Amino acid sequence: MKPPAEHVHWLFATGFLFLGLCLVAEAVVGRELWRRRRWRAYLWPGLALTIGVLIMPLSVFFTASTLHMLAHWSWAQVAMLAGAAQLALVHGRLRNRLWELTVPLALVVSGAAFSFHEPREWLYSRAAFLHHATGWVLIVGAVFPLVAVLRPSSRTLSVGYAATVVVLAVLLFADRDVAPVFGHLSPLAGTPHR
Amino acid sequence: MAIDVRHSAPAETSAHGTRAAKVVSAIGPLTVLAGVIWALLQPYRITLLDPHGQGLWWLAVQPPLLVVAVGVAFHLVVARPLLEDLEANGG
Repeated sequence: MKPPAEHVHWLFATGFLFLGLCLVAEAVVGRELWRRRRWRAYLWPGLALTIGVLIMPLSVFFTASTLHMLAHWSWAQVAMLAGAAQLALVHGRLRNRLWELTVPLALVVSGAAFSFHEPREWLYSRAAFLHHATGWVLIVGAVFPLVAVLRPSSRTLSVGYAATVVVLAVLLFADRDVAPVFGHLSPLAGTPHR
Repeated sequence: MAIDVRHSAPAETSAHGTRAAKVVSAIGPLTVLAGVIWALLQPYRITLLDPHGQGLWWLAVQPPLLVVAVGVAFHLVVARPLLEDLEANGG
């Protein structure tokens, strides 16, 4: 009953796509109007927290290696931390804006985990390529929420952050367990399928 | 030289609101369109078209349909109330 790894990636891609679209909308209309309805203010922090909680079972059921388990655990921890901190900021329980740094922290830790838990080279297979690419997209994309802590009203930074999450969703949707990338597939990877 | 700017700020706000409304109302349909184009380019990703012999997960998780579902859900749940707020805000 355990889903193939590619299905898990596609399911998380769905969550990240919805999260990314919410961030795009918030960047377009501005934070003030976005938070005019209370439920909307809680929407994406709640979604981030939920994604973090849902990553936890991955570390239990997908135990291909210790590195995989550690990577999944670290994602779960930082995603939950970022989601919970954002929820507390929206609710008013936390007031120090430095808690916003949990978002770039989550992106950097997730990006590093994505890259480091893929031991194979970039062109080994599409999955290997996408793990490396996703890792670097997250690490570079962390610049947007990091600088936004200093310039919270910048629309460019908000759009950049939203675009990072949408690109993450696209990369996760592109994942296949065994498939070539740019015509390359290691003979050790197995039999490719469409 | 004196410049009358009494009406420029509300006009700018209104113009921005109109632009924002157009973008917000387009996000969901564009996402649905992306999912449909993906399904047309890679019809084998829609296992419902040939469900015989497919396992549970292959029938439950079909990426192009998930993209379409996200677009529809975003438009109905997020975009519509947001557009109402933009309209109420003078957009």
